[in-house]
Amino acid sequence: MANLETKISKDRFQPAIIDSAKSEEINKPSLTFWQDAWMRVRKNKGALASLIVMVLLVLMAFIGPLISGKEFDTQKVSHNNLPPRIQGLENISWLPFDGVKVNKAGKEINMYEVKKVDEYYWFGTDALGRDLFTRTWKGTQISLYIALLAALIDMIIGVIYGAVSGYYGGRLDNVMQRITEVLVGIPTMIVVILMILVLQPGIISITVALTITGWVGMARVVRAQVLKLKEQEFVLASKTLGNSDGKIISKHLLPNLAGVIIINTMFTIPSAIFFEAFLSFIGLGLQDPLASLGTLIDEGFKVLRLHPHEMIIPAVIISIIMITFNMLADGLRDALDPKMRD
Amino acid sequence: MGKYLAKRILFMFLTLFIIASITFFLMKIIPGTPFASAAKLPPAQLEIMKAKYGLDQPVPVQYAKYIGNLLQGDLGISFQFNNTPVSDLMFKRLGPSMQLGAQAMVFGTIIGVLLGIFAALRQNTWVDYSATFIAVLGKAVPNFVFAGLLQYFIAVKLGWFPVLFWKGFEYTILPTIALSIFPIAISARFMRTEMIDVLGSDYILLAKAKGASFFEIAIKHALRNALIPLVTVLGPLAISLMTGSLVVEKIFAIPGLGEQFVKSITVNDYPVIMGTTILFAALFVVIILVVDILYGIIDPRIRLSGGKK
Repeated sequence: MANLETKISKDRFQPAIIDSAKSEEINKPSLTFWQDAWMRVRKNKGALASLIVMVLLVLMAFIGPLISGKEFDTQKVSHNNLPPRIQGLENISWLPFDGVKVNKAGKEINMYEVKKVDEYYWFGTDALGRDLFTRTWKGTQISLYIALLAALIDMIIGVIYGAVSGYYGGRLDNVMQRITEVLVGIPTMIVVILMILVLQPGIISITVALTITGWVGMARVVRAQVLKLKEQEFVLASKTLGNSDGKIISKHLLPNLAGVIIINTMFTIPSAIFFEAFLSFIGLGLQDPLASLGTLIDEGFKVLRLHPHEMIIPAVIISIIMITFNMLADGLRDALDPKMRD
Repeated sequence: MGKYLAKRILFMFLTLFIIASITFFLMKIIPGTPFASAAKLPPAQLEIMKAKYGLDQPVPVQYAKYIGNLLQGDLGISFQFNNTPVSDLMFKRLGPSMQLGAQAMVFGTIIGVLLGIFAALRQNTWVDYSATFIAVLGKAVPNFVFAGLLQYFIAVKLGWFPVLFWKGFEYTILPTIALSIFPIAISARFMRTEMIDVLGSDYILLAKAKGASFFEIAIKHALRNALIPLVTVLGPLAISLMTGSLVVEKIFAIPGLGEQFVKSITVNDYPVIMGTTILFAALFVVIILVVDILYGIIDPRIRLSGGKK
């Protein structure tokens, strides 16, 4: 201690000026809930990368079918089962885009030379000679469409059901809860399969089948939140001011539920994509010539040993979609509701 | 506890009854005929066929008969598979499905728990990141995509395992791996969070202070407490295995229940579809009940009767 005193002379120390007017000043700009959430999502590298990849995939789903210059349902049987070939990449030997296929004897053959095809099929063609690049992106489009529509319907039904059940409580809540209890007890897989058997596969029927039990999860989460929120003072204040129940639910409760609703919807989308593909794979998917990622994988699986590219490409795309949606959903959950972290 | 159990079991039977009824009526309005060569049959013969299976009676009569038979364990006779009683058909196929499910469950949770432990002990290192990456992959990649690729690359290309069928232990390895990817992912994620939670607690600090070795702490003190909550995910895992078995059994041509279900859907075999649906639903509700009871036994803090927070 004595050492220190000798080194630093006393006149270098000054009392700090305390300005009572500035003590209450806020240095950092105040952030809204959404700015705060966005800041946290941005810090999560996985979620941010997922968001970028997801945007690219969605863009490709719309642009892809346009830039290939081919229709998704045009059949050209003479060009069937061609492996992928891409301009520029075809000369790089380790990339699988050179139009070369290995036959059963282990010999490499350039199918494009054998079949005398000058065109480039970036992802190859299927058994009917349809361009897989166009079909894959068209399929991505349809898969995403089904999933988004199902998630949206789940959200609307679930939020209304949960909010009404939680807000009004009492006997109504009791009855509504018994209904959801029975619905939760029924395995989703079985309901979905039975519904498709009855409705016949199609974009709308698959969506309907997915929403029949899909909304229950949302309804339960929303109800639990509403039960918590409705006891708070701001709801009481709104009631005192004479606002109607509908207005309290839509103006005061729903904005506070936004986080939970978004998180839940983000988890519904990948599960809807999975179930659509699952249905296709067990033979209950969309009918030809329509394609979804599920039907493409199903068709590709049948010829996997001979023409592996027909399954591997859509399989990779669906996997990327599932991974990005899951990672973004995780990131959003951490950002919007830190209490729900697992 | 007794009252709660009684209520839950009552609810279970109610759910099963509703599922059986829904299935029955849905089967009645499905378009298409169950008879393979219906178009070629003369109308008189079709009538005889319908009479044989009781399809000529009014729907309420058929329904009452169906529920009556169901209570006695009679699920009817298959239309397509050589007129075998549905219960025989399913009983024969229960074995492979059960074995596959059990193997996948055991293998999946063990590997997942190990991954989770290593990730937690080496938090924020490459071990942790690769375990997390595996967990994300396993949760996100659809199991039929994984199973298909596994079959192609490991069995067809490398030839390490048989490609199809169910003839011995080596035939079960690939399907088990394909099916266990989801349990691995879920239990690894879960275990990692629990372990990190437990490792931060005071009694671990005490164990460190008294000089216990790293592995002693990890295994004796942390693992035991972190394992308990794992029970909560076993139920959803078992259910996911049921869904997964449908596609994995189809891919590897395993003579199990899932494969039977998929096949009966494609050939409109109503009694088999109904029987399998009811069996799946029964397994489902029983698993949920057992897991709920287990929670209560393992962790008395979870109130059995409430169930809602």
